Amino acid sequence: MGILEVKNVSKNFGGLKALNNVTLDVRENTVHAIIGPNGAGKSTLLNCLVGKLIPDTGSVMFDGQSVLGRKPFEINQMGISRVFQTPEIFGDLTVMENMLIPIFARRDGAFRMHAIESVAHESAVLEQAEKMLIDMKMIDKRHMHAASMSRGDKRRLEIGMCLSQEPRLLLLDEPTAGMARADTNNTIDLLKQIKAERDITIAIIEHDMHVVFSLADRITVLAQGTPLVEDEPQNIRGNPKVREAYLGETA
Amino acid sequence: MLGLGKKDTTLLIVVAVLTLCAPFILNPFPAGSAMAQFNAGYPDLMQRFVIFGIFAVGFNILFGLTGYLSFGHAAFLGVGSYSAVWIFKLFTYNVLPAIALSVVVAGLFSLLIGFVSLRRSGIYFSILTLAFAQMSFALAYSVLSNPKFNLTNGETGLQVYTDDPQWFHSDRLPDLPHLFGLSMRATHTMHMGDWSFSFNTGYYLCAVVMLLVFYLAIRIFRSPFGMMLRAVKSNQQRMNYTGLNTRPYTLAAFVISGMYAGLAGGLMAAMDPLAGAERMQWTASGEVVLMTILGGTGTLIGPVLGAGFIKYFENIFSKINDTVLHGWFGFLPDGLEDVMVFIVHPFIGKGWHLTLGLLFMLVVIFLPGGLVEGGQRLARWIRGRRAEDSRRKTEPAE
Repeated sequence: MGILEVKNVSKNFGGLKALNNVTLDVRENTVHAIIGPNGAGKSTLLNCLVGKLIPDTGSVMFDGQSVLGRKPFEINQMGISRVFQTPEIFGDLTVMENMLIPIFARRDGAFRMHAIESVAHESAVLEQAEKMLIDMKMIDKRHMHAASMSRGDKRRLEIGMCLSQEPRLLLLDEPTAGMARADTNNTIDLLKQIKAERDITIAIIEHDMHVVFSLADRITVLAQGTPLVEDEPQNIRGNPKVREAYLGETA
Repeated sequence: MLGLGKKDTTLLIVVAVLTLCAPFILNPFPAGSAMAQFNAGYPDLMQRFVIFGIFAVGFNILFGLTGYLSFGHAAFLGVGSYSAVWIFKLFTYNVLPAIALSVVVAGLFSLLIGFVSLRRSGIYFSILTLAFAQMSFALAYSVLSNPKFNLTNGETGLQVYTDDPQWFHSDRLPDLPHLFGLSMRATHTMHMGDWSFSFNTGYYLCAVVMLLVFYLAIRIFRSPFGMMLRAVKSNQQRMNYTGLNTRPYTLAAFVISGMYAGLAGGLMAAMDPLAGAERMQWTASGEVVLMTILGGTGTLIGPVLGAGFIKYFENIFSKINDTVLHGWFGFLPDGLEDVMVFIVHPFIGKGWHLTLGLLFMLVVIFLPGGLVEGGQRLARWIRGRRAEDSRRKTEPAE
């Protein structure tokens, strides 16, 4: 039984069938990659998982509970964290503050009005944030404005922010899009390290086959809104159906 | 000190000293001199400085931290004034209950308006708040002042009449707003040589209240709540996907800043016990936006500076007339004198808006961070020069 179970999910935009009867099982403590050509419905599927879109039919269960109809912040509170294609961080805030916010959110829930006590006095939260910044190798950048960092650093910060909430499921939307090879390899190493050190399930949407085949335990191939195959990487590589729909097309 | 960091403590102390010594600082020119018209140390204007300072500090909690630009904050100020005057009419001239009620009523009113307006963001939010404020203005100006139900007294403005009940009023107490018998208008004038300084009870009440709420604003800015508000401004999307519900955060900020506006309105009524609908008009809402931007959005002291700046211009520049100008340019030959007066004329008296507009444009273009940025640049420049000087001194002549 998977931690995330997607059953018969369909989503139409006007006449376009973005998702057609998608069924998907993400098993606990695995890295599950979702690949497919452009327009296959990968992003639509992801948006259905995090509450940005509501599917027309079907169900999405996380850890035995339905996520449908819940708002993004509620789904995050359930234990799903999302990393965006372009890093979404708090650009006007410092790196340290960026790290503090998810930790406060984890501790206090969706809203708490502590408007009097200074942030500087929250030693437990500060410590936790510092630890995570050390883990992400960006403690020396803690006073920098987040917006002024490089793309790779922003990505690392965003992943760190998600991890600081100790999510059970981490969703990554093309985490290496627009990155140089060196940054891509760093990101792969970071994700491998995260997987090795934590009890965490990772679902990753990716274009880059190099990333997919170095990380994934299981791969689902989407094409035209329908899952084509779901299997282990070595079987995907040789699958003629996949070659035709995806690899063949791009080659 | 007081749970603040070192920098904030210094800021608070500086502000405290400046406000408490304002009667001296704002009256630098001898009473009889030609420059005396630039003195701002008279009670009426000093009260306005701090009251609008409170208004702008509160507005900045919403606009500076969350980035939601409300164009209807004057409505809360007006509601605060009306509530205070009703306390004067019905119960007592003591200002404390009046101010308390004005804060509470403005808080409730902003909860209602905020709840509806905050469903939208950006320009739609601004337009919604503007619409609500103009609605409130129309209600106060005409709808709620019919003979059967006269809440606002329409055009005339709400004021205290001799046949009002004033249940807790007694003959021993002054017939004006007071604090346990101490009249708000009581002014002690101190003469030192040619100089004269006025110490007004009302001003000091306002000053103490401003220091309290300024302190509160610093605490809010430095708290986790304040950090969340800045995060809302920076990236709402990330907020939502971090498990935070942005709506209650923005609503809380909206209500807090509405209460600040109500407090300002209550104090205004406490200084002068009447309330008119024009206080709620959109120009009044726009003025607080100008104050905040001019002073420095999102900074602690900026709004106070902006409020002081605008109120100074409004009251001092508008009083300069052609006679005064002729006095200034009297040393010039006759023809030239008239030319100079002709050139300067549009910028003074009723034309003070023009001067303010030009200054506002200059600040926005060259100092996007407002007067605070100007101050910072100046400080950096001085520090840079000093560093250069000391470097020059330490380097021996070769």
